[in-house]
Amino acid sequence: MNNALKTFTNGILKENPTFVLVLGMCPTLATTTSAINGMSMGLATMFVLVCSNVVISLLKNLIPDKVRIPAYIVIIATFVTMVQLAMQAYLPGIYEVLGLFIPLIVVNCIVLGRAEAFAAKNSVGLSAMDGLGIGLGFTLALTLLGMVRELLGAGSVFGLTIIPETYKTLIFVLAPGAFIALAYLMAIMNKLQKK
Amino acid sequence: MAYFLIFISAIFVNNIVLSQFLGICPFLGVSKKIDTALGMGAAVTFVLTVATIVTYLLQKLLVLWHVEFLQTILFILVIAALVQMIEIMLKKVSPALYQALGVFLPLITTNCCILGVAIIVADEKQLLANLPTGLEYGLLSGTLFAFATALGFALALVLFAGIREQLALAKLPKAMQGTPIALLTAGLLAMAFMGFSGVVG
Repeated sequence: MNNALKTFTNGILKENPTFVLVLGMCPTLATTTSAINGMSMGLATMFVLVCSNVVISLLKNLIPDKVRIPAYIVIIATFVTMVQLAMQAYLPGIYEVLGLFIPLIVVNCIVLGRAEAFAAKNSVGLSAMDGLGIGLGFTLALTLLGMVRELLGAGSVFGLTIIPETYKTLIFVLAPGAFIALAYLMAIMNKLQKK
Repeated sequence: MAYFLIFISAIFVNNIVLSQFLGICPFLGVSKKIDTALGMGAAVTFVLTVATIVTYLLQKLLVLWHVEFLQTILFILVIAALVQMIEIMLKKVSPALYQALGVFLPLITTNCCILGVAIIVADEKQLLANLPTGLEYGLLSGTLFAFATALGFALALVLFAGIREQLALAKLPKAMQGTPIALLTAGLLAMAFMGFSGVVG
């Protein structure tokens, strides 16, 4: 049990996929124009991560070593297609905003990275915990970045206006703001972790 | 003239890395030296153009058989297989080119700009939204768009590598070293590219 808890928190803090491992940068930068968009992207990735980790861990002894990467990709792509179809049906608004980046979860290095580095070597339970932890770490990072960008760029957090209209800095919801906000967030995280 | 505008639009106005956020991983990962940036840029240009032609034709089959939901799975497999095939063929046909591009090829499968552009080109609505107005949807415009996008990727990569070569000599606060300063530089570069917005209607 202790082991499972350690695996779980490991993904959130020590191996946070965004701030520490610096993986999956494309969706991180592209979908965090607001807190809710960042969170949806994080949750979609988390679902794929947990499911693919579990299935790959179950099949780890059946998949021949030589074709493991293509096999992993097919498993991941299956879950991505499921998320894609489900979102199209039930959350068309968010699907429209995230658009291209939902199918692109397939090539998100976090998912394949965890499959290769963790799920292929560990038990089903631990792999599920790892997926949950890393997925949650990714979701938290995306939500945080989304909140910062939304606050500075549109003056609101989760759609709730906090800063009046006149003081907002539009650049933060545009492309350059994504890079700059993430750069400073990462620098702050580095500073905090050194202590 | 309209076809020429595709290039201006895809390279400068809607640069794939700096305004669409596709292919950030290689953009941050292989941009420490101009030489490697050039190699990666060339490899991506080659693979992206070929992959787009193949996936465009594949999409026609998917629509014909009414199995559009298989798009994601099939595209990524085809791209992975294609990259492998290009690698084997290059090794046989042109060892010199293989020497230059070889190390970058395996990395390309997980470069999201390949799958991203393939998905854009496969969908009429999405491609037309990315093209200058007045162009028709088709294999020619799709291929040119893919080629131009890849050139934009290469340009951003080489520019960024040039800046980072200088940056390596600069003294920085400890917390800013590595990825943070690279992201900040990319942000400034993106801001510079925003100056092009509105050039193509």
